[in-house]
Amino acid sequence: MAYLLRRLAGQVLLVALAASLAYLLAAASLHPRANFEGRNPRPPQRVVDAELTKANLNDKTPLPVRYAVWAYGVVRGDFGRTWDGASVNAELGRRIGVSLRLVLVGGLLGGVLGVALGAYGAIRRYRLGDRLTTAGSFAVLAIPAFVLAVLLQFGAQWLNAVTGMRIFGYAGEYTPGQTGGAFADLGDRLRHLVLPTLTIVLGQVAVYSRYLRNTMLDVLHADFVRTARAKGLRRRTALVRHALRIALIPVATYVAYNLGLLLTGTIFTEKVFGRHGMGEWLIDSIARGDVNVVAAIACCTALFVLAAGLLADALSVLLDPRVRG
Amino acid sequence: MTSTVMWRRLAGNAEAAGGLVLLSALFLLAFAGPHLTKWDYADVDYAAFSTPPSAGHWFGTTPDGRDVYALTLRGMRRSLVIGLLVASISTTAAAVAGTVAGFRGGWADRLLTGAADLLLVLPTFLVVAIVSPLFHGGSWPLVAAVLAGLLWMITARVVRGMTISLKEREYVLAARYMGVSPVVIIVRHIVPHVASLLIVDAAMSVSAGIVAETGLSCFGFGVQPPDSSLGTVIADGTAAAVSYPWMFWFAAGLLVLIVLAVNLVGDGLRDALDPGSAPRRGR
Repeated sequence: MAYLLRRLAGQVLLVALAASLAYLLAAASLHPRANFEGRNPRPPQRVVDAELTKANLNDKTPLPVRYAVWAYGVVRGDFGRTWDGASVNAELGRRIGVSLRLVLVGGLLGGVLGVALGAYGAIRRYRLGDRLTTAGSFAVLAIPAFVLAVLLQFGAQWLNAVTGMRIFGYAGEYTPGQTGGAFADLGDRLRHLVLPTLTIVLGQVAVYSRYLRNTMLDVLHADFVRTARAKGLRRRTALVRHALRIALIPVATYVAYNLGLLLTGTIFTEKVFGRHGMGEWLIDSIARGDVNVVAAIACCTALFVLAAGLLADALSVLLDPRVRG
Repeated sequence: MTSTVMWRRLAGNAEAAGGLVLLSALFLLAFAGPHLTKWDYADVDYAAFSTPPSAGHWFGTTPDGRDVYALTLRGMRRSLVIGLLVASISTTAAAVAGTVAGFRGGWADRLLTGAADLLLVLPTFLVVAIVSPLFHGGSWPLVAAVLAGLLWMITARVVRGMTISLKEREYVLAARYMGVSPVVIIVRHIVPHVASLLIVDAAMSVSAGIVAETGLSCFGFGVQPPDSSLGTVIADGTAAAVSYPWMFWFAAGLLVLIVLAVNLVGDGLRDALDPGSAPRRGR
C-alpha cells in the first residue's frame, strides 16, 4: 500500500513536470502577438497588450510571472483562455470525447486484433498464413500514419465513385444537412468513424502482431506448455491458457512505449480526416501560438499515458502467475 | 562476434539482402538521379503546367510548371540525410549516457531515468511541434538535432540496464581493482558488449528519424520552406491531390520504400547479431 501511494505520488509529480515543461517551452517559443499584428487594420498597441494580458499571453510579462498565474489556475482546475478570450476548459470538454473515442476504440481493437494475429502467426510459423500476416505488417509498418490516412481517403473516394454510393465518409464527423432522424444520423456518424479508426487500428495491429509473434515463439516450446499438454489439456487450451498468457506479459510493458505512436497517429488522423479532436486542435493552436491550449493538451496527454501505464501494470499483475502467487 | 560473420549472416538473410539492395538503389536515385534529367528543381517549364508523367517530365509537373521528379529527389536527399544524422547522433548519445549512467550510478543515473520517464509521457511529436518556431529560417540541421535529442532516451535506458549487469562481471571488476580509469573500462570492456544492440538501434533510428521528420514537415513543424523534404513534398501533393495526384504518389511511394528497406535491414541485423532472436528453423 505504501508502495502504491509512493508510486502514485511519483506519477502525479511526473504529470506536473511534463505539463510545466510543455508550458514553458510553448510560452518561450510561440508568439500569440503575431495574431494581432497580422490583422488589418492593425489594432493599437495598447489594446493588443490589454487583450494578451487578459489571456495571460503577454510576452512583456516576465515568463516566471506568467507561469505562476498559469500554474495557479491549473491547480484550481482552470486551464486559462485561448488567445481570443474563450475558455480552454469549455473547448477541451467538447473535443476530448472526439479524440478519446478514436484512441480507445482504435487502440483496444488494434491491440486485441494484433495479439490474435501475432499468436496465430507464431503457431502457424512459416505457413502461408504466417507469411501473409508478416508481409502485411511489414508493409503497414513502412507506411507512416499521415500517408496511410491519405491512402485510405483515396480508397474511399474511389470506392464511392465506383459503386455510386456513399459507403464511407472521409471528411468531417458527419454529413452536414443530414436528415432522416436519429437512426440515420447515427449511421452517418459511424460511416465517418470507420476510416479514421481503421487508420489507427492498422498501425496498432502491425506493431502488436510483430511483437507478440516474437514473445509467443519464445514460450511456445517451453516446458510448462508441454506439461500442460501432457496432463491432458487440449492443444487449444494449452496454447491459450498457458502459452499466450505468458507471452502477453512483456507486451503489457510494451504498451507504454507504444502509446506515443498511437497518440501521434491520432493527431495525423484527426487532421487528415477533419475530425475536430485534440490532435487537430494541437496543430491549429501551435500555428496560432495559443500557449494555454498547447499546455492543456500536453497535460491531458501526460495523464492519459500514465493512466494507460497503470492499466498495463495491472494487466501484467493479473497475467503473471509469479506475482499473483 | 567478428564483422565477417555478421556480413555473411546478413547476406544469407533474403529479406535483409533485399532491403540492402533496395536501400542502395534509393540512395543512388537520390544522389545520382538528379543528373539524369535536364530539369533542376528551381526550373519552370512554361510549356507544361500540371502535366501528368511523360517522357519529358518523368514524374509530371506542378501547376506552376516545376518538375516533380527534381522536386521529389531534392526532398528525398534531405530526408535521407536527416535520417542518417538523427540515427548517428541519437545512438552515440544513447551509448554515452547509458554506459555512464549505468557505470557511475548516483545522480547521472537518476537524471537519465527521470528524463526518459518524462519523454515517455510527452510524445516526441508534441515537443518538437511546440519548439518548431525555432526552425523558421530554414535551418534543417536543427530539426535533426532536436529529433535526435528526443529519440535517444529509451535506448539509453536499455544500455544502462546492460551496463549495470556488466559492471559486476569478473573482468570488469578485475580492471577496476587494477585501477584502470572508468573511461577506458567503458570504451574497452563495456561498449563492445552493447555494440550489437547499438548497431540494430542505429538502423531502426534511421527509419524512426525519417518517419518523424516527414510527419512533422508534412504538417509544417519540421523542415521549413524554402528548404524541402519528402514531408513537405507530400504535404504539397496532398493539398492538390485531385488536380495532380502524381506529386503525392511518387513522394509517398519513395518514402514507404525507404522505410521498408531500412526496416528490413534493421530486422536482418537483429537476426544476424543476436543468436537468441535468430530464426530457429531447427526446432
